[in-house]
Amino acid sequence: MSLTSDPPVGKAHANGAEDDDYSALKVVPVRHPWRWAAVVVTAVLVAQFAHGLITNPGWEWDVFANFFTTQTILKAVWITIQLTFYGTALGFALGIVLAFMRLSKSPFLKSVAFTYIWAFRSIPLIVQLLFWFNLTYLYKRLDFGIPFGPGFFSFDTAGLVGAMSAAVLGLALHQAAYAAEIVRGGVLAVDGGQLEAAAALGIPRLRQLRRIVLPQAMRSILPNAANEVISLFKGTSIVSVMAIGELFYQVQVIYGRNGRVVPLLMVATVWYIILTTVLSVAQYYVERHFSRGAAR
Amino acid sequence: MTAMVDIRSVHKSFGSLQVLRGIDLEVRSGEVAVVLGPSGSGKSTLLRAINHLEKVDSGWISVGGSLIGYRRQGDRLYELREREILRQRTRIGFVFQNFNLFPHLTVLENVVEAPVSALRRPRKEAVSAAEALLARVGLADKTAAYPRQLSGGQQQRVAIARALALEPELLLFDEPTSALDPELVGEVLDVIKDLAHQGTTMIVVTHEIGFAREVADTVVFMDGGRIVERGTPAEVLDAPRHERTKAFLSKVL
Repeated sequence: MSLTSDPPVGKAHANGAEDDDYSALKVVPVRHPWRWAAVVVTAVLVAQFAHGLITNPGWEWDVFANFFTTQTILKAVWITIQLTFYGTALGFALGIVLAFMRLSKSPFLKSVAFTYIWAFRSIPLIVQLLFWFNLTYLYKRLDFGIPFGPGFFSFDTAGLVGAMSAAVLGLALHQAAYAAEIVRGGVLAVDGGQLEAAAALGIPRLRQLRRIVLPQAMRSILPNAANEVISLFKGTSIVSVMAIGELFYQVQVIYGRNGRVVPLLMVATVWYIILTTVLSVAQYYVERHFSRGAAR
Repeated sequence: MTAMVDIRSVHKSFGSLQVLRGIDLEVRSGEVAVVLGPSGSGKSTLLRAINHLEKVDSGWISVGGSLIGYRRQGDRLYELREREILRQRTRIGFVFQNFNLFPHLTVLENVVEAPVSALRRPRKEAVSAAEALLARVGLADKTAAYPRQLSGGQQQRVAIARALALEPELLLFDEPTSALDPELVGEVLDVIKDLAHQGTTMIVVTHEIGFAREVADTVVFMDGGRIVERGTPAEVLDAPRHERTKAFLSKVL
């Protein structure tokens, strides 16, 4: 067919609607056959997985139900929560200090903070934890005083650093290095004009940070910080190497005794999922709080 | 009349770039000085030096009789601590080209913040003063809004109210209408004119020649880090003596 054989305009009118009034015509949406195919395939896979979970006797759901809320497990969950809480609180407190050291104008403070972050990001957490656990081997006593000079107070490290505090210390120091970078990134993301305006208004320095910079920095800090808290929460399972009775250690002890490995791992898994969900919900509300004024 | 602002042989460089090359300027109490000049002429740097947002390399600036950034003791000048500089700035209002309102605070909180935290005014007192100021710039109904919910002109009027909340003896405007849509320029200039007619001492860096003609007591023309010409609007705008002033005015008028 050549271009000259196009139907004349008048003919198109004859077999369609009378004029240019499209409102009377039925609209046919685009079909997505491949999308439907994908839905069917996925649905079958999901159904198979669910079927496996329910009918495979290997999961031993009765054992799971027996152990899920026993005293030992609840206590272990509590210890996991404590490790997370103290690790986060101390880690972020130190992280904020390190972040502002790196942002300061003093080359000395800057390089100390930089070196700290470099060192603690370089050492695997598990190695660091074992160091803390063996602190008594390295330092028998801790003296507070003048470096290379006389000491004023001293402590026996054996009494000072128990397994639990060694774990908290290790987690917090590790966390601080990451928290410092997250906080620093957040502060850098705040427009320079904000600090300038605050300075021009004569607002005191600390108030500038607390009232003007940090609330705005929080918007970019929070998603990353929530990631860190959640990953620390699951990361607490690593302190099981120090024989601390947190969730993962306790589960291992129990299945070591009764041999029911899979259902007990599921006990730990479900607890981790529940608590991560709680953290995610908290994240949503905290983020909403700090997004004031962001919408137009 | 006494000099409210006294600037003597001020020099400032950024690296090898000389931005201010010996500025001398006096602004009397109640005077409105408008600074004109091509971009890069050092107008904004000069303005920022007056409230010590930029530190000058040599020369000195005094506002209301006190030296900015330094304290004289005998025959020495001691650099002020940050806290003392912040204290000095509460006497000088600064309005930025990009408003720099605090986006996470409401309009009212923006205006109340400095009087409460810098001047330690009781909150209640600061709030009622802020409400009066916002009414004065025509934004009495926007106190609870956040800055991003406002137009550019409204934001700049909030910024002016925020600067006024400290009851400064000097107001500095750094191209207050340059970031605004053309139809919003008038509402901001009206507020500034109003302040000028009430005898507020101010230095305004702007490109609005019409505004300069209408409210300025003194027009200062800057180019290449120097003051080329200064005088009444009639002198500088209508009968410029200097070639560079003539060339600049022929482009913007």
